[in-house]
Amino acid sequence: MLYRAHVLVCNGTNCSLKASPEIQKEFSRLLPEYGLDKEVKVVETGCFGLCEYGPTVVVFPDGTFYSGVKVSDVREIVSEHLYKGRVVKRLLYQVPPAAKPVQVYPEVDYFRHQVRVVLRNCGFIDPESIEEYIARGGYQALGKALTAMTPAQVVEEIKASGLRGRGGAGFPTGLKWQFAARADGSGPKYVVCNADEGEPGTFKDRLILEGDPHAVLEGMALAGYAVGAHQGYVYIRGEYVLSIERLERAIAQAREMGLLGKNILGSGFDFDVEIRLGAGAYVCGEETALFESLEGGRGEPRIKPPYPTDAGLFGRPTVINNVETLANVPVIIERGASWFRTLGTQKTPGTKVFTLTGDIVNAGLIEVPMGITLREIIYNIGGGIPNGRQFKLAQTGGTSGGVIPPELLDVPMDYDSLAAHGSALGSGALLIIDDSHCIVDVAKSFSFFFLHESCGKCTPCREGTLQLHRIMERISRGEATRTDLENMKALAQAMYVAPLCPLGQTAPLPLMSTFRWFESEYLAHVVGKTCPAGVCPVDGTAARAAAGCAAREV
Amino acid sequence: MDLVNVTIDGQKLSVPKGFTILEAARLAGIDIPTLCHHPDQEVKAVCRVCVVEVEGSRTLQAACAYPVAEGMVVRTNTPLVRQTRRMVVELMLARHPADCPSCTRNLHCELQTLAERLGIREVRFGREEKGLPLDDSNPAIVRDPNRCILCRRCVEACHKVQGVGILYPVHRGADAIVAPAFEKPLAELPCVYCGQCINACPVGAIYEVDHTERVWKAIHDPSKHVLVQTAPATRVSLGEEMGLGVGAIVTGKMVAALRRLGFDRVFDTNFTADLTIMEEGHELIHRLTHGGVLPMLTSCSPGWIKFLEHYYPEFIPNVSTCKSPQQMFGAVAKTYYAEKMGWKPEDVYVVSIMPCTAKKFEAQRPEMDDSGVQDVDAVLTVRELGRMIREAGLDVTALPEEDYDDPLGRSTGAAAIFGATGGVMEAALRTAYEVVTGKPLPKLDFEEVRGLQGIKEATVAMDGTQVKVAVAHSLGHARRLLEAVKSGQAQYHFIEIMCCPGGCIGGGGQPVPTTNEARQRRIDAIYQVDRNLPLRKSHENPAIQELYREFLGQPLGEKSHHLLHTHYTARPRYRKA
Repeated sequence: MLYRAHVLVCNGTNCSLKASPEIQKEFSRLLPEYGLDKEVKVVETGCFGLCEYGPTVVVFPDGTFYSGVKVSDVREIVSEHLYKGRVVKRLLYQVPPAAKPVQVYPEVDYFRHQVRVVLRNCGFIDPESIEEYIARGGYQALGKALTAMTPAQVVEEIKASGLRGRGGAGFPTGLKWQFAARADGSGPKYVVCNADEGEPGTFKDRLILEGDPHAVLEGMALAGYAVGAHQGYVYIRGEYVLSIERLERAIAQAREMGLLGKNILGSGFDFDVEIRLGAGAYVCGEETALFESLEGGRGEPRIKPPYPTDAGLFGRPTVINNVETLANVPVIIERGASWFRTLGTQKTPGTKVFTLTGDIVNAGLIEVPMGITLREIIYNIGGGIPNGRQFKLAQTGGTSGGVIPPELLDVPMDYDSLAAHGSALGSGALLIIDDSHCIVDVAKSFSFFFLHESCGKCTPCREGTLQLHRIMERISRGEATRTDLENMKALAQAMYVAPLCPLGQTAPLPLMSTFRWFESEYLAHVVGKTCPAGVCPVDGTAARAAAGCAAREV
Repeated sequence: MDLVNVTIDGQKLSVPKGFTILEAARLAGIDIPTLCHHPDQEVKAVCRVCVVEVEGSRTLQAACAYPVAEGMVVRTNTPLVRQTRRMVVELMLARHPADCPSCTRNLHCELQTLAERLGIREVRFGREEKGLPLDDSNPAIVRDPNRCILCRRCVEACHKVQGVGILYPVHRGADAIVAPAFEKPLAELPCVYCGQCINACPVGAIYEVDHTERVWKAIHDPSKHVLVQTAPATRVSLGEEMGLGVGAIVTGKMVAALRRLGFDRVFDTNFTADLTIMEEGHELIHRLTHGGVLPMLTSCSPGWIKFLEHYYPEFIPNVSTCKSPQQMFGAVAKTYYAEKMGWKPEDVYVVSIMPCTAKKFEAQRPEMDDSGVQDVDAVLTVRELGRMIREAGLDVTALPEEDYDDPLGRSTGAAAIFGATGGVMEAALRTAYEVVTGKPLPKLDFEEVRGLQGIKEATVAMDGTQVKVAVAHSLGHARRLLEAVKSGQAQYHFIEIMCCPGGCIGGGGQPVPTTNEARQRRIDAIYQVDRNLPLRKSHENPAIQELYREFLGQPLGEKSHHLLHTHYTARPRYRKA
């Protein structure tokens, strides 16, 4: 059946928390009232991106973009826009309020500067419909690989594309697949999708899975074909209820259509996927800890080597890739490595999905070419810093990354450039912090995070995260001395190199990074016993009490 | 053997492929410090003390875990390595109690030794205590999680070696501790009190319930007749507490030391080991000839018995009803010997020197009072006896070799080998063969049941009957053997099970460290004790013959039944709160 118009109601987690399911129901209730139910179709989509101004509603074919829609607004959209053809101007995106309203979404700055490869379907299709995914070219890549490519050719194509792991480490995906493909094939091999997204401020994987679950499943099937695996697991956070629900439905649909299971597309290739839920430990995002948890054990990292491609899940060769990495795979196979290389930079081709959060006008999910600068993201896409404040720093790569001060706003966002400046591209969290915040207070929240999330297996992480946090607490209370700063540096040096897994190795990174760029603010706390931002409890009483105590002892 | 070329601290050497950096460095004469590493256990790499620089690696690597590779360049003594190791140990010390002198492991502590070796004179972080409660809920083992450094060696001993699985890491990060499920006290759990966790612990986080004070008190009490018995395995391990080499045979010196500590009589558990053979051997023959429940299982090891009661109650009918030698001793000492001496049982105080922590539990089992009072009053581990000897200032090198008192100090070589895995089986076969066939054994040594192999089997022809026997030591192997029996995969007439790896010479009350190497040397020593004795079959022990003549009557007789045999109780695995 053909429709005159489509109403896309964003039903990602963020919008659905703001009543988007009720909005959708209201549309379905009102359309028949206006006799439009045969002409207009309501589609529930995954995340459209501009979460700050959700719930969003997009009306096609024109692409009219309504933001901040309430249930009570629906009647007006139906009666005015859909019935009479008059755009409801007051619901158009208009940020800041004095700016000119923007009618169609491609003209919103937020969308204009994005390049959507991974998010190609997010917000445009009903994620619960495999037909809609297929209609947008879905499962073409799998069909192409199974019928016209050898597994080795698939590996080569991914290698040639230069795709690097989007979970944070940036390891070349094709190389990982090659290791697994060449590993011991005397028993089963596995493909694991790491959907244990745990970095604070990161929710891109959730939105990808909510918005386009089949892209991830297709990526997994391609990985399975490439390395000779027949079983895949999605290890996903138990809190990601909507992602799990949509993924389950997607798996069932794909099985029904013969796109998962035995003898996919009559090719003789078998591949199936099961879901395993995590219980919310940050460390389970570390691949070997994830395997431990997936196998039913306590989520703790294993000793490496052996690496997962030799002995991973159940001790067998395993490819483990992040959600976003896998969502890139079908497009690369479909359109080719050379097309992929036209995006991004030489060393890091492609795009990157970020969750833009914090002190930013347009918070939400974005996808940009690798190599874009932070300045472009903040000021072109993000709409700048709200409330007339100044940009102070950005935390990239989640808590495990370093910080980007104003001095580095023009550094290209890719793995190598950020690493060269002591930061990390990481998982794609982009936390913007304005000048109302105190650096010590911010850093203390990082140290608390690691204290809370250390698994406790190895000494330097278990004990070191505690001591780091103790020092940060003392600095914040105005009780620290220069010796504390020296001890912190010495401890950080040991923690960079001694812990068993990257959690402990990166725990001091955000602290040392803030110290490097904002040393004077630290010293204000330690020496001056003042908090320039007026945030920390450094009212001097603690320090004075200590001094008085010492005086009495003398 | 495939070799790879590596450079360690500038030294070029070829080492076997598959070696870790730690092993390779030892070949180069470099002893990289370790803490969580244990020679008999899997590599854990959790303490991070053994970190070294590997060229090309972004981080340091744990030498205990990292395999060598062709062309690898390793540096074990750089500023970064030294600073990092010291930092790691300081971090441990920051939350480890700073009261070494009052710790059971003072001067035997691997953390203390390591801190001294690395020259740590200050801890840069404020010391804080974890403030966790002590678990002294049970009669055998105390856990002090405040001292624990989370090396996880006890976890492996408990899970992998013993297959009991009581201890496990719980909580995360700085809150992580090793504890039983839901942090329940051991008394409420199916812990068998084997004490293998104590042997594995590098610090003083787990130790035996101390009986030294009550023993001193009894010794100094003039109204008490204090008798001491020494378990078979103690005579080849006590030397380690005295600074003698591993596997030193110190039987005579131990007797002398015990006399000087003030015990009124120094007797031997080996005497009742011979008695056990008389009873258990006849029980086996009775079961074989009267259609009794088979296979018969031994009952000497109290850790094994508690394991049986919790995990395999269906095998209770299979277990010999014989009490363990410790308990037979208590019962005989407070009846036969007390009568002989004209003492009242309540005035007799029986102390055992045991390689075992589970014996402390066994002694206070309510049914162990057939003399009318508790048969065994106090149980000292070899370590506790070592402490008493050191406190008394006895120099064992200067002590003479003395003999046990008569008659409960008289024993045979068959009793001595009770201390090693396979020993009870061998001793029983030596007697059962001669009782059944009426002929002398052609060959005394049953080599098939000796040694550290986990499960051993043998078939012995007795008067035309092929008697099939098996031996398992450590509860992990016991579990495998019992499962094979249960499934019908394996069939035996007689099975010896010892709770601890290696048998009692590897018990949880033995000197630390008790490694497999130490176990083997103690086993060698105990067979040496056997070979050195004039009598090597239990039924030839004249004191045992006298005991039957004067008091017991005959094996499995009325009096034996009353004093020397016992029963078992199925115990739940988990208790409801």
